[in-house]
Formats: sequence, structure tokens, C-alpha cells
Amino acid sequence: MKFGVLRFPGTCDDTDALTAARRVPGAEAQLLWHAERDLHGVDAVIVPGGFSYGDYLRTGAIARFAPVMESVIEFAADGGLVLGICNGFQILCEAGLLPGALLPNLSLKFLFRQVDLIVADPDTPFTRTCGGAGATLSIPVKHTTGRYYCPDPVDVVLRYAPGQNPNGSQDDIAGVRNAAGNVFGLMPHPEHAVDILTGGSVDGLSIFSSMADALSAHV
Amino acid sequence: MSRHRELGLTDAEYALILDGLGREPGDVELAMLSLMWSEHCAYKHSKKLLGQLPTEGPHVLVGPGENAGAVDVGHGLAVAFKVESHNHPSAVEPFQGAATGVGGILRDVFAVGARPMAILDSLRFGEVASSERSRYLLEHAVAGIGHYGNSIGVPTVGGEIYFEGSYEQNCLVNAMALGIAPHARLTSSAAAGPGNVLILLGALTGRDGIGGASVLASAELGEDDAAKRPTVQIGDPFAEKKLMECCLELLDRELLVSLQDLGAAGLTSAASEMASKGEVGLDIDVTSVPLREADMEPLEIMVSESQERMLCVVTPEQVAPVLAVCERWEILATPIGQITPGVDGEGHFRILAHGTVVGDLPVGLLVDRCPLYDLAPQAPSAPLYGAPAAVLDPDADAASTLLALLGSANIASRRAVFEQYDPVVQSRTVRRPEQTDAAVLSLAGDAGVGVGHHTSDEPIPGIAVSIDGNGRRVAVDPFHGAVEAVLECAANLACCAAKPLGLTNCLNFGNPEKPHVAWQLSRAVAGLAHACRALEVPVVGGNVSLYNESPDGPILPTPVVGMVGSVPDVRHAGRLGFATEGDTIALVGPFRPRRDGSEVAKLQGHAPAGELVEKDIPTVRAAHGLVREGVRTGLFAQAHDIAEGGLLTALAECVIASGLGAEVTVPAELDLFGEDLGCGFIVSGPDLSDLTGRGDVSVVVLGRVGGPTLSVTGVCELAVSELSAAHAGGLAGLLGR
Amino acid sequence: MPRARVLIRPKEGILDPQGQAVERALPQLGFSGAANVHVGRLIELDVDDLAQLPAMCERLLANTLIEEYEVIELSGPGATA
Repeated sequence: MKFGVLRFPGTCDDTDALTAARRVPGAEAQLLWHAERDLHGVDAVIVPGGFSYGDYLRTGAIARFAPVMESVIEFAADGGLVLGICNGFQILCEAGLLPGALLPNLSLKFLFRQVDLIVADPDTPFTRTCGGAGATLSIPVKHTTGRYYCPDPVDVVLRYAPGQNPNGSQDDIAGVRNAAGNVFGLMPHPEHAVDILTGGSVDGLSIFSSMADALSAHV
Repeated sequence: MSRHRELGLTDAEYALILDGLGREPGDVELAMLSLMWSEHCAYKHSKKLLGQLPTEGPHVLVGPGENAGAVDVGHGLAVAFKVESHNHPSAVEPFQGAATGVGGILRDVFAVGARPMAILDSLRFGEVASSERSRYLLEHAVAGIGHYGNSIGVPTVGGEIYFEGSYEQNCLVNAMALGIAPHARLTSSAAAGPGNVLILLGALTGRDGIGGASVLASAELGEDDAAKRPTVQIGDPFAEKKLMECCLELLDRELLVSLQDLGAAGLTSAASEMASKGEVGLDIDVTSVPLREADMEPLEIMVSESQERMLCVVTPEQVAPVLAVCERWEILATPIGQITPGVDGEGHFRILAHGTVVGDLPVGLLVDRCPLYDLAPQAPSAPLYGAPAAVLDPDADAASTLLALLGSANIASRRAVFEQYDPVVQSRTVRRPEQTDAAVLSLAGDAGVGVGHHTSDEPIPGIAVSIDGNGRRVAVDPFHGAVEAVLECAANLACCAAKPLGLTNCLNFGNPEKPHVAWQLSRAVAGLAHACRALEVPVVGGNVSLYNESPDGPILPTPVVGMVGSVPDVRHAGRLGFATEGDTIALVGPFRPRRDGSEVAKLQGHAPAGELVEKDIPTVRAAHGLVREGVRTGLFAQAHDIAEGGLLTALAECVIASGLGAEVTVPAELDLFGEDLGCGFIVSGPDLSDLTGRGDVSVVVLGRVGGPTLSVTGVCELAVSELSAAHAGGLAGLLGR
Repeated sequence: MPRARVLIRPKEGILDPQGQAVERALPQLGFSGAANVHVGRLIELDVDDLAQLPAMCERLLANTLIEEYEVIELSGPGATA
């Protein structure tokens, strides 16, 4: 299978996501340039973290109108798997692919911290190999604008472990999916928890593996 | 007042200009000369001293003089690095001052063709416990560093912060950056090839920092700081991220003859340095420079310090491909001039506006002919620095002294600061802040070294990097204090299995025209040179920041040292905390602690005075080697150098980092809180029996890892949780987090 | 070309930590009696057709899930109110 990783001006964690995805046995991964509509036949799209367009105006607000996002929106509508990480989550919310919005952290400060996440929904294409409902994943967060808010009921996939909510997100929400279940966004960075050496945990890898697993089950 | 004096030139300097030019300089010319002859650009009070520093070694690929130095790290790869100050801009506007400091040092690194891979910062503020202004400066400087580094996608992996009264009016913000490059991509800034085109890349030119280099960096800050605010530059990390990617792609495609960043003194400095290195002349047409404000004078354009700009030299046939790459990255690229041959063997820098020449200066006059001054050093006859307020009873017992040290602003956990930085982007960071004494970065994944899959047993090469400099120790003894800064950096690297490859430094001092500051500066440089030679670590670049004075006096003399070393296999990179219950704990190294200039002396209200122990550098070096090898082979499960707060503080830090207690007995002759930076280590491992009696390096078994307390026979016993709480709460409590 | 000013502020009921931080800081500086502080954004622009502004706000300038906007027409180019 092949992952496509979007690159906008200001994207920072694109190569991290690329190499993380390539750790999944049998998986390939390539970058997709923001100005091009062609998704090059990828099987799943990752919208990575960073500061697209400098986070100017509002996080994710400008990136959502990039030409590549038109194709991503079509891809998602056709049931394609789309994973948004941090700034990618913000972009997917702005694009209307996921419900809700991300607000400034209660501390108003950038925060890097390794946190524990609890799997709330193990039956998604993104969490099917994450250890089941209630499993704990150790994955870092790093953001200034990560306080999840949604006035309507949402499908929660991951929650911060009790007492570890780093930003004031409603109901400790760390990641949500769309109703169809093929679009998933989260503030923590699974691509920075794929190697004991550099991440201190490999728990993030199970999210990428789940996607590959879901796709092969599909085929 | 005459024109030249307003611009900071002395009468004698102006006479040299008249002599060199054979006529009166025009306004544009005089402004350019005043900047190039400023302390900041010409190093006129420090250059003669800096000649003592060793700059050559087997691993040096690029020495001082380029935008950043570079060392060979094997595997066809180079690591470029440099530290630079942004002290005065940060004192005026800490968020933007610190942010643009980071932006500037990153440009230095990618200007030589290296992809920035890490940032470290060395910060100094006034007493954060008593000064609201210092808390404000700290919070905003940290936020500014995080804003720039986090947004541009370069991890901040380490640094240091000290709080001392002498920095109250003159905070120090020194930023260090490292980058990685295949050898072939290392690029010079030397302009070449008459007829080649000068292309300005990046941001529009505005009135940012007009006069900044001379106004901000070469004069003492006084009462009217607020009035200098308009000249502070604003950083745009998004613009620099695109500029960085664009420049690296231009270099990868071999489209550039040379590349230079625009920093202090803007186009004037960048272009003259390029021409000087390449021994050519150049023409710049200021009317072609894209402006943010329409009505700028040629003079303003030439000295503007607008950020996120680079200057490159391109052959005429490569102009179109260069512009195409820039367009893809949405980077403004504008031909603004060309390289010219010299006249009578000397290049001329000509400024044109609407086709008229408004300035024509010999490049040599701009770059090389600023007079260099000898200092008139004189050791002070009375102490230069007052005593701090005593916060610790001299009769306090060891337990309360240790808790006070762990909670003091200079030793307490930096977590409240580090959590505002992204340490992991780029996926190279093997050791994060507070896991080890130096940051450890993997070299896998770039330019053909590894692919990031570590399934085999192949070693994964890496580097370690540390930054250090304790002004209080240097105030006690500038020579040995500077030696200590080098030794401590090397000791930090040893704890991470790294062997030093090269060093960069930033010399932060007061007004060198004052005899006692001149003495501090010349003794400290002599100490740096001595330690670097003795350890065989070459200096590959650096920066000098002088005139850090307020009406209350000079800052503590603060040479900051950044050191890079090689780690053969980052899977064996050490850690600070104890590893396993039952491990034997030992003290390694020629550790001879004294309390003069120590943190405990400060807490007890003593001024930085007395003397430092003269170092036996060959033995210290042997101790570093023993620790390095022990970490590499796994003999040591952990290693930590004994720094501020002395032996007991170091033991407590090993306990806090792991949550494992220890039972130790300290030889009676060792002071529990005295300091001897860079000379002693706490190590532990399952079996250290092979170590004792090996060579010249002293190894003393202290005890064992284990239990719920740090228990020091006959001295004190403190619960792990109590130590952790004191350490965690110290700085965080002061910052209200 | 007419000039317009768009004010964007957190929607009623959305937690606004920036506003709270300012509200907490004011009494510390000796300013008493300030309440309901909210921090938002200001966007100024010259625009051919003022009628387009609500659509601009809905699509790009504001996120109406969390923010509300207010358009103020200024008299001429570069006008200041």
C-alpha cells in the first residue's frame, strides 16, 4: 500500500510522517505537493503537523483551500482513509471533513509533553490494531492550539488519560473521526512515537499499521 | 555634532577613512563605513585576542570566517554550527529579540549549505525570584525562541539558563544552531566571477533595525531603551521556513556560486563580506531592491536589517532556473546587481540609484581597514561585583542546604521552559532535555546514512552537543573560569559517549575600553585558548558581544561555549538517572571542590570572589575518556558530571531523574557542595570492580543505587519524593506554573 | 475603493483564556472595574464590493463555529475610524 503525505508551505513534520509510515511492513510513502491536485494513486492520505502558512489568520484556515485539498476532500468522500495530525487535524476541521474546531491551549503556551492516550473507539481503520478499547498509548503532544471544542456530539477515538489533558480539550478529547469513520484527526503526534530510540515509545506505529491493516482487509 | 561621531566613529577612525578614500565620504558611504567599522561587524576590540584560539584540527572542514564553522562527522557528512548573541535586541523587546536571534543563527547554518537540525540557547537574566522585569524577559524570550524554532521545524534540544543580579539590565540571549550537510553541499560565501548576478532572496526590505548594528550592539544600554524600540526587527519563521527549503534546493541543484545571509548591517555587510572573501567588486542597484515601504532612501536600503533575506551569486545562465525554484517556494527573488572585476587589484563596492552612482567604496576599506585596538587590561584592585542577598543560613544542615540548592533558580528543573520547545521534530533526537547532560542526535536518515529502520545490529552514528558558561565562576577567575566552561562542555559530552570535534563560543562581556573588563576579556580568551589546546578541540567560529553594561556596572564575564562531539552508536548514548537497584555508584575524576564562586556560596550571600582550583587538564581529559568509554561499552549504566551545587546535588539529580534512591558514603575530605566544574563525574553500573586503580584517574566507590531515599552516611537522608518536589517546584514556582 | 474593518471575537460562551488573562492582569496594574474582557482579531482591507464581506468572513476570515464577526465600513482608502 502507499501513503501520501501532504506538504504545504510551513509543514514541519512531513518527513517524520513519511518515515513513520514507511515503517509499516510493505508500505510505501510519498510526499504530495500542496499546489498539485494529483494524489498519485495513494491508498491513504496523511495531513501532517507543522505550521502551514505560518498559522497566520487561524490554524489550518489557509491550507484547507490549497489545490491538493480539493482532491483530498473528494478522496475522503469516496471513502479514502485520511489521517490528520496536529496541524493536519486543524486543517481537516477547517475543511469540514471533521467536526469541531481547535482553540488555544488554556495555558496559551506551546506545550511539548509525552502523554498517555486511551483508545475510546478500537473499531476504526485507524485504531484496529491499537490494543482494543481502553488500551493506553504513549505519544507526545506539541502544540499551542489544541483545545478541542465541538458543540455537537462527536465520535471520539482517543482521549487523554485522566489527569493528563494538556490543553483543556472538552471531555479530554485527543482525536475524533467523521461519521463514516474514514477520516481521523488527533492532536498528539503518532509519527514521533515509532522508534524507541527517538520516541521513547513505539505506540504511534499502531495507528499507521491499523490503516494498512484496514486497507488490506478491504482488498 | 559631526556626522561621523553621530554614527559612532572616532575622529581618528574618520581620519583613516578620509585617508583611505582620498575624499569626504558621501552619506551612503559614511553610513556603510560606520556599520562595517562598528564593534559588532569589525570586532575591533577583540580580534587581536581571538588570534590565540586554535582553529585547526583533523575534523575541521570550515573554520572561522564563514557564516558557520563545520566539522567532519564521518560517513561523508558534515555538521555546521555556530553560537551568536542577540542580547541588546532582546533587552529591548524580548520576544522578537530572541525570535530573530534564532532566525539569524539558523540562516547562518543554511547559508553554508547545512540543513538546520537543532537549536540550543544560553540565557541569562536578573534574579528571577525578586525581579518582575526578569520574569517578564525570561517568559517572553523563551516564548520567542519557541515561536521561531517550533514554527520552522527545527528542534530545540538543549540549553542553559542562569539568573544573576548583574544581568538585570543586560539580559543575555545566545542562540546556537547546528545543521547537517553532505560534504559536497558545503558552500562558501565568497563571491566570484565578474559578470555573475547578485540575487536577493526572501522578504521585502523595510525600515527594520535601521542603524541596528551600531545602535543596538555597540553601545551600552541606558535610560532611553524604550526609544530604541522602532529599530527592533520582527521575525517571520514561516517566511524563513520557505527561504530555508528554497536555499537548500538551490544548493542541491548546484545552481549557486555562493550564498550569504543578511544579518547585522543588512546588504552592506553581506555584500562586502562576499566581495572581500572572493576578492572581487560588486555593483548593487538599490532601485531594484523590493521594498516594503515605498519612500526609502538608498542609505536606508543598504543598512536595513529586515529579516529572512539571503544574497546569492548566480551565473547569468542559471538565473532563470534559480528564479523558477524560488517561485515554486513562493520566495521573492530579485537580481539587484552584479560582480565586477577589481580596479588596480582592489574590488569596489558601488551603490547605484536610478543609474547614478551614490556610493563607491574599496571593499578593503569596508572590511579590512578598520583599526584593531589593543586592550589596556588591568586586574581590579577591589571586587567588581557585590554580594547577593543571603537566602540560606550558613549554619543550615546538609539536608536543608541540598533542598535549597535543588530549588534554587540556577539548579531547579528547567522543565517549565523546555516544555515550550519542540525537541523531537526531524526525528533525530535520541536524548531529550534533562535525560542526559548533552543532547544526542542521530545522523541516520540523511544523505545516505541509514534509512531510519534500526532492525539490524549496525551502529547508528550520531552527535552530542552541549552549551555551557558560568559567569559567576569566570568573575572569580576569568582564566580558570573560562577553562572550566570548556571542560564542563567536554564533560557533558563524555557522559553521552561523545568525543569533542569542535567548539564555538560567544564572548559576552562589558565595555572593553574599561581596564577591568579588558582584563576579564583577555584572561578569559587566554583560558579558552589554553583549554582548547590542551583538549585538542578547535574553535570553528563564534561571536563577540561587548558593552553589556548598565549604570550599575558590567555583566558577569560570560564566555559561552558550545561543543559538538561524535557518538559512534547512539544506541549507547548514556543517561543521567540511575538505572537499576543494586548498581555500584562511583565518583570518577580529579574532583577538588571549593566553595568560592559556587552556588551554595551565592545562596549564603557571598560575592563571586576568591579563587578557583587550577585544573590538571591532562588528568581531567583522561577522566573524560574513561567516562566516555564506560558509557560506550555499557560498563556505566549512567553518567552525570558534577556541576553547580557540587557532589550532593549531582547525586540528587541522578536520583530525581530515575526515581531510584541511593545509599552512599562520601569521603570526609570532600566538600559536599563545593564545585570543580568539568572535573568530576557520578557513574554507576552493575560491576565497577575493573575500574579501581586504573591509570591516573581517581575512582572512588561511593555506594549503591536503591531504596526510597538518598542516604548519605552521617550526613543526611532525604526521600526521593522530597528531592523531586524541591527540584520540580523551584523555577516553575517562580514562573507561576 | 471602500475600506472595511472586520472585527473577529470569540463567540459568546466559548472559553477565552486570552481575555481572562487580560482581565486578571488589569487589577494587578491598578485598573479596577474592568470585566467581560475578550481578545479577538482585527482585519482591515480595501474592497471593491462591500457586500462580499459577509461571505469572505463565513468562508475564510472567521470560523463561525467558534468566532463571530462584525463588519465596519470605513469611509475611504486608508481611513481610520
